[in-house]
Amino acid sequence: MDVLGRYRNLIVLVGVLFAQVLGLAVQVKRPTDSGSTHLIRIWAVGAVTPLEKALVWAQTSTHNLWHNYLYLRGVRAENRALKQEIERMRLEEARMTQDADQAHRLQALLAFKEQFISQTLPAQVIGSTGSEMSRSVYIDKGAHDGIKRDMAVITKDGIVGKVLYVYPSTSLVLLIDDQTSGVGAILEKQRLQGILRGTPSGEVVLEKVMSDETVPVGEEVLTSGGDGIFPKGLPVGKVTRISPGSELFLNIRVWPAVNLSHLEEVLVVTKIDERQTQPDQTGPVRAVDILAERLPTVPPKPENAADVAGKNPIAPAGGSANAAAPKSTSPNAASPIAEGKPKPASGAATADTKPKPSPGAASGSVPSPGVPKATNPATGTANHAPHTVPPAAQAKPNPTAGVASTGVPKTGQAKTVGAPSPAAPVVKKNVPAGTFSAGVSPAGTSAASVQAGRSPASTQPPGAAKKPAPKPVSPAVPPKPQPAVQDPPQ
Amino acid sequence: MATIYTSGEQVEVYRFSIRATILIPLIAVFLQAFLPLRFSFFTIFDLPLLVTIGFATARRNPLAGLVTGGLIGILQDSLTHQPIGLYGISKTVVGFSASSLGIKIDVENPGTRFLLTILFYVVHEVVYFVIARGLVGLHMQWSWLHEIGSGAANAVLGILVYALLDRVKQRT
Repeated sequence: MDVLGRYRNLIVLVGVLFAQVLGLAVQVKRPTDSGSTHLIRIWAVGAVTPLEKALVWAQTSTHNLWHNYLYLRGVRAENRALKQEIERMRLEEARMTQDADQAHRLQALLAFKEQFISQTLPAQVIGSTGSEMSRSVYIDKGAHDGIKRDMAVITKDGIVGKVLYVYPSTSLVLLIDDQTSGVGAILEKQRLQGILRGTPSGEVVLEKVMSDETVPVGEEVLTSGGDGIFPKGLPVGKVTRISPGSELFLNIRVWPAVNLSHLEEVLVVTKIDERQTQPDQTGPVRAVDILAERLPTVPPKPENAADVAGKNPIAPAGGSANAAAPKSTSPNAASPIAEGKPKPASGAATADTKPKPSPGAASGSVPSPGVPKATNPATGTANHAPHTVPPAAQAKPNPTAGVASTGVPKTGQAKTVGAPSPAAPVVKKNVPAGTFSAGVSPAGTSAASVQAGRSPASTQPPGAAKKPAPKPVSPAVPPKPQPAVQDPPQ
Repeated sequence: MATIYTSGEQVEVYRFSIRATILIPLIAVFLQAFLPLRFSFFTIFDLPLLVTIGFATARRNPLAGLVTGGLIGILQDSLTHQPIGLYGISKTVVGFSASSLGIKIDVENPGTRFLLTILFYVVHEVVYFVIARGLVGLHMQWSWLHEIGSGAANAVLGILVYALLDRVKQRT
């Protein structure tokens, strides 16, 4: 009894340490997400994070008050909106680049599936773990906001980490530089896959790349999508150093694309869609096609209109180009959809991007079965429907479709053509007048084919549309079928 | 104010109010979690450890010291994604040791506090290293230079923290 009293403190110390070691052993033996320590974590997080949230909110509010109202009213908000747009576009760009590369490599694999970020949730970083051994941060979104475990966390620059623990109003995000994290990664050009891991010192290394491979310094590292958390193609970082690693693998140091020590706002990827990649059937895109996309709405003309024009030097030079122009005999001219090209909305502000299932008039008012409707009769604007028309349908001339332009419109006339469209100035800006006046594109294609695919209703002045058209001109050369181009996935 | 080189009976023993006992560790853990976001260099500091040492040396009660250290450590563990107990065990050992040492030597001199903080910081890191590597299986790197440097930085900050704690402690 006396001994117990004498060594009471030591006995208690041993007892407390033993209990903690036992608890630790249980946690190590079982997964940490089993819930054995969840309650303790909830209490601790519940005690600390409200204070952090309040402080971050106060800081943000003060910052916003000063910068949005006192310092430069409005400019900051606009800048922020633009930055968000850039963020979105960067993500889009990264994805599109990957899509393009992938399409070329995997054309034959029709059943290949690809992941797309379809929904993100912005969140603010409110705290960290405060430990060098646990590289994680807390965000101000939790289960109430739809956050779930293992969701990817990114910024505009690249990946940040994944959601590890979800609490009611906060979540713990494991950063990619933590030693317990692992991300499937791929070298952008070498296409070598590896596993991205953090080190105890906070560096990021790419493992499992064979030592006989050549990896250049500065090579971009992207997510490979193999981990099932991060969609493929997101920026991870750049290779900074390569050294021989353990066994047969290289030790590749990667400098993260995101500054992980200064995180403020992040995006949680809450929804990833999986779609099947369509093989690219377009082949190389001609400059004239790109030009045609940028042009405003112009009257439909067959591809061989230039030939016809060349053979008919007495073509009327005055008046409306449409009046002088026979309506399109080419299905290419019939519809932008027939061309299969995604049309930028700059052509007509009211461009209808919805698919029109009912076949309509290819050009003018004569219905053309089998050719998707190109013109919105209500608005007179082009239906930029993301349709893909079979090449056969594209190649099929529509004999009932109006008349094609046989004349070479003057520059001024070309401007007039686009006048009803709000995008008319684009003609002046983007297209040299010579292109129109000459009637032949640099690629040797007639201006009519350049202008093909534009809605006639949106381009014809009301007066010009009512003018009687000359007799239809039979194309000397049958129009070439245009390859179908699939719209990029949204 | 301080009693130097005295027997256990002559040593000044202090206590803290319940409010201070609860709020100060909470604030320390909060600041430890919040400040590294703004100042990334702050991760080399361990405010909860300094509070543990401050409480333990002031109370001079090993049992109170180990309980305080253990609770603060577990709270700190709960914010990380590592198993709970790594910081708990380390700070339990430090709390007990600091209290035990506080009975024997003067711990109210800034010089002593500086050296003690370095010592306890290294002890804390050693215990953490052993547990994390041996029991949890984490990959750990040990650098004496880094640990001594961090210990010195913590000791400088500790002198300020202890001075603040001196203001709220009450003589029994």
